[in-house]
Amino acid sequence: MMGLEEYKYKDLIHRCFRCGYCKFPTDWSDVTNCPAYARFRMESYSNGGRLWLIYAWLTGEIQWSENLSKILYSCTSCKNCVEKCPLSFNDDIVNMVVAAKSQMVETGKVPPLVRKFLQNVQVQGNPYGIDANKRADWMNGLELQPYQGQDYLYYVGCEGAYDTRAQGAARATARVLQDAGVSFGVLGVDECCDGNEVDMLGEEALLEDLATKNIDQFSKRGVKNIVTLSPHAYNVFKNKYPAFGGHFNVLHYTQVFADLIKTGKLKGPEQQGVRITFHDPCFLGRWNGEYNAPRKVIGAVKGANFTEMERNKKGALCCGGGAGNFFTDFLGGSGESPARIRAREAGDVKADILAVACPNCLTMLDDAVKAEGLDNRIKVMDISELLCPA
Amino acid sequence: MESIYQALVEIVGEDYASNRHEELFTYSKDLGTSPPQWPEYVAAPKTVEEVQKIVYLANKEKVAIVPLGGGLTLAGLALPLKGGIIIDMKRLDKIIEVNEAARYMVVEAGASHGKVTAYLHKHHPTLMHSEPGAPAAATIGGNMAIHGQGDLAHPYGFNTDMINGLEVILPTGEIARFGSCAVGSGWYTMHPLPDLGLFLGWNGSTGIITKISFRLYPYKKIRDNDAFTVSDENLVPEILHELTHLGLTEDLIATSSEIPPVMNRLHHISIMIAGDYEEEMEFKRHMIFDLTLGKYIRSGVGGIGGIAAERLRPQISKSADWKKGGGFEYVGSIVPVAAYPECYRRGSEISARHDIPYTVLGRVIGCCHAMMFSWSYAFNRADAETVRHAREALHETDVMVMELNGTIWKPAVFGQKLMMDRMDQTTLQLMKKVKDLLDPNGIMNPGNWEVQ
Amino acid sequence: MYKLTFNEDLCLACGTQDCLVRCQHMDIDQKTARIEMEKIINGEDSFVLHDCATCYACEEYCPHGNHPFYLIVQRQDELGMPPLPEPLIKRGIQTGIPFRGEPEIDEIKGTALNMCVFSNLMDRVQGRLFEGLPIISHDSRKMFHYFCQLMYLHYGKTSVINERLDKIIQTLAAHKAKEIIHFHDECYGTYTSYAPAFGIEVPFKSIHLFEYLYNRLLELKNEIKPLNYKVAYQRPCSSRLSPPMHQYVAKIFDLIGVENVKREYVDENAMCCGGTILGQKKEGSRQYCAEVQKKNIDDMKNAGAEICVFNCPACITTLGKPVQKEGIWPLFMSDLCRLAIGEKIG
Ligand SMILES: Cc1cc2nc3c(=O)[nH]c(=O)nc-3n(C[C@H](O)[C@H](O)[C@H](O)COP(=O)(O)OP(=O)(O)OC[C@H]3O[C@@H](n4cnc5c(N)ncnc54)[C@H](O)[C@@H]3O)c2cc1C
Ligand code: SF4
Ligand code: SF4
Repeated sequence: MMGLEEYKYKDLIHRCFRCGYCKFPTDWSDVTNCPAYARFRMESYSNGGRLWLIYAWLTGEIQWSENLSKILYSCTSCKNCVEKCPLSFNDDIVNMVVAAKSQMVETGKVPPLVRKFLQNVQVQGNPYGIDANKRADWMNGLELQPYQGQDYLYYVGCEGAYDTRAQGAARATARVLQDAGVSFGVLGVDECCDGNEVDMLGEEALLEDLATKNIDQFSKRGVKNIVTLSPHAYNVFKNKYPAFGGHFNVLHYTQVFADLIKTGKLKGPEQQGVRITFHDPCFLGRWNGEYNAPRKVIGAVKGANFTEMERNKKGALCCGGGAGNFFTDFLGGSGESPARIRAREAGDVKADILAVACPNCLTMLDDAVKAEGLDNRIKVMDISELLCPA
Repeated sequence: MESIYQALVEIVGEDYASNRHEELFTYSKDLGTSPPQWPEYVAAPKTVEEVQKIVYLANKEKVAIVPLGGGLTLAGLALPLKGGIIIDMKRLDKIIEVNEAARYMVVEAGASHGKVTAYLHKHHPTLMHSEPGAPAAATIGGNMAIHGQGDLAHPYGFNTDMINGLEVILPTGEIARFGSCAVGSGWYTMHPLPDLGLFLGWNGSTGIITKISFRLYPYKKIRDNDAFTVSDENLVPEILHELTHLGLTEDLIATSSEIPPVMNRLHHISIMIAGDYEEEMEFKRHMIFDLTLGKYIRSGVGGIGGIAAERLRPQISKSADWKKGGGFEYVGSIVPVAAYPECYRRGSEISARHDIPYTVLGRVIGCCHAMMFSWSYAFNRADAETVRHAREALHETDVMVMELNGTIWKPAVFGQKLMMDRMDQTTLQLMKKVKDLLDPNGIMNPGNWEVQ
Repeated sequence: MYKLTFNEDLCLACGTQDCLVRCQHMDIDQKTARIEMEKIINGEDSFVLHDCATCYACEEYCPHGNHPFYLIVQRQDELGMPPLPEPLIKRGIQTGIPFRGEPEIDEIKGTALNMCVFSNLMDRVQGRLFEGLPIISHDSRKMFHYFCQLMYLHYGKTSVINERLDKIIQTLAAHKAKEIIHFHDECYGTYTSYAPAFGIEVPFKSIHLFEYLYNRLLELKNEIKPLNYKVAYQRPCSSRLSPPMHQYVAKIFDLIGVENVKREYVDENAMCCGGTILGQKKEGSRQYCAEVQKKNIDDMKNAGAEICVFNCPACITTLGKPVQKEGIWPLFMSDLCRLAIGEKIG
């Protein structure tokens, strides 16, 4: 068993007061903006409770248990708590959870679904455990070029490549880029998991492995600019890869789209009278401070009314899919699952379209809208799909 | 006792009941220096009916029940001293009604102060409630159960002075209402019915508050925190007296602390003023600083410490991290304003003995009718020795409050005993009778206000 | 103890008495000025010692490079006549006490930027203008080890400055930087005016932030896009200690294509932000402070200013919100310069 001494935040973790500011969104509207706490409403699932449990586990005051690991892994790394915790160590409070997950990984004590996720990535390069050779299936019929020195590498990621719903977004993004005359290529079956979720699940060695391989491949092919479908990939490429020697100019596709719109190379479609709302992805918003680009792109849809949900931007409620939860689904199975709360919020503002900019959010919210019986009223669409000519 | 757990699951659903070690651990601790007290179950009901069913269950099984709001008193008041079921009230959080014209609001007891503030700000921007300086997750019910005070304490008194109506589940499970709502006349007044005041200040040991109506007050657009600074603590009571005579301010708070050095041995009086017009603000400042306090400035014993600092609502407290150790606890007391100098002097001596930088604060309640005076003791959660020092300092402070003829506010069990030891016998026996009458099975937050 | 170099003979023989005659806060004719200066020189009580707003301007007005303001403050100190009430003095003196450990001294080659007690303003020194500049005092917990102490000129306390300054200078010097750019010109004034006036040795060369910014902008000249704003500059009291550096304001404005609006309270007639007047003992100070601020802001407004540029963090704390209320955008000079080279400011 590893203890406090080996723990990276051993000098910080006991400083959490459990005051609970971290439960709130920016506008203080309720204590329900930590998706895990919103789902279970027990103090153990708020970040304060989680940090106290971690400290107790590391000091031997309590023992590891399945429930403890579930409490840790139900944290989606959405960073709402970082936004609200007023204390000077707030930047690290999610890292503290991730570091504790790492200690669980090292001792082999993770929930079975997490183990499965990590094994799948290790063996097939994706969490679903689908054959690595099927990674290019999403682009069937699209006539995309393999990457060989074009301006951009378009990195699709595991969800976009394999999840049937997310494939729609992957294809739409590719088509918009094509139509706008952007020079880009893809890696097809040579693409491999980016490692963001692996990182958030605490599997440091696997992240290093993936990052090294990817960087190696990108460098060999002379990649300079990367455009990603997923904010998760965007985050890890931009913020973690430099530490492994990978220095690329990384953009999320909404940023590229926004630029294309500005320069007139991309035009929005007509959607007269349609009411659109937008769900901020955590890894674009709170992790990387990008709130404008997706809104600019939506703004290009002619004739549509854009309306914000109550909780937005820094205060957005996470869909509950981060840190592998789109696969492990520890927050699923209830009307209080964050994705379903979010679906209802979109319903509250009478949105016809709930726009997203992340393949995880797309699958999570698409399911949630159905579970809420709102699918006849609200269509969940990736921004790329909104922009993609039919 | 699998059956109690099963029964709880049936009442609140599987997700909201637990007998798992991790939840029990979490609810066994509060944020202060109290040693852990383990519950056997935790339940988080969503409706009044669910709470009621839990109370019936507890009576049947003779297990203790402890209502918990934000769990932020620091004094261990929602720790299950005799085990049993923690009822986490925070899902009981509906905002039921806001009456703009009659300036009141009805909420379920588990609604947080942060939520109430945000709701009013958004939907009724000319109204406010008296918000305590506690973290925003503190609940309305928990705060009323301990006679809290907020940022309108000077003009309007304790938060419990602002109650217009109550709904309570009695320890035996029946639901009772008090105030005009009891006669079906809406939630606008507590009077003129016969006085039953049986639930406030009882730490939940006489029943579970489920709904509360409380008064709202005008929220003015321009809101400033001005400050007046003196070095002589003896001047504080007279300055506060003059300011309350003037009657133009909202919150009035005097503070002094050893750290940062800029506050050391100085007394900083925060003067909160509000207005809808710049002219109103300037008028208030002129009355306060030029006319009322001008003499202190000219004679050099008092100075304007700052003007127009921002007032955040919800207020954000970072006091827990003063010692970089994630912990502090304070003794609060209700004392006459005249006691400020003595409270400060003796408090800083206690702090010095325990090697904790002193931190004191006095908030005016009413028109200088009293003051909530607090002594905070920071500790490092990872260092048992500092926790012990803080606990001893807290106990010494409790004793000192008694010596100063003060009353301890939201006393921990140690302080409750000191108060009951001094209480006149008739009152004490009446408390016992009330408790026995309401709670024949002794299951409601037992150990609190327990008359031997 | 350090002694102020003040040429009394020169002062008594002065033909203008500009120091007091030009004072914006007291109405003094030349005859009275001469009498009062003489009293001050002789260590006697004078109404000037009580009524001084501590705006530093007389340091600049003196045509002989004498130090009338330092002398006034020194006399306030010696005679026990501080301009502020005692609790504010105590508070001020305590403010400068470091209380969170010792600073880490890293050796710096060449030029460094000194943040003094403004470590929390690191966002104001970002981007290409500051690229590669090592920073002294970047940790707000340790910043009081670098506090230039000159603030106590407002407190009638040269004694506090003189007691503490040498240690501060030693700490700064320990970084071994050859030249130090000072984020706030109060520091620049400390090390190039106050210290020499009191014979306190300073072993490093000081550079004024505006001089640095100007030269840096020249290097990046090709990237400057004229901003075309109308700008008012809030000149801080500390700039009175380095009058030759004031020219850089106009030079920078020229370079980045903003218009320095024509107004009454400008250059030598600049109006103080009022921050130090607010709490003074003198009757009516609070109202006078409000008046001064109103006159100043009205003047900016009438001149059509869209932006008010600041050098001093204290001025921006005092005036930032009020100017904003009037629709004028408060900005640090460093940020204005960043805008000119197309950078975003955070
Ligand atoms: C930094 C800080 C600052 C503070 N400042 C203030 C302040 O300015 N003013 C102030 O008043 N307090 C202050 N407090 C103290 C305290 O946090 C607040 O009074 C808070 O409102 C208590 O509410 P809670 O929901 O946290 O109550 P809890 O701690 O959950 O409960 C308090 C007591 O009430 C009982 N209880 C809880 N809910 C109910 C219910 N529905 N029915 C019956 N009994 C119930 C509990 O069993 C317990 O005995 C402060 C605390 C901190 C940490
Ligand atoms: S993480 Fe921060 S906000 Fe949350 S309980 Fe801990 S100290 Fe409070
Ligand atoms: S990162 Fe999100 S899910 Fe995790 S504790 Fe913080 S708020 Fe909750």
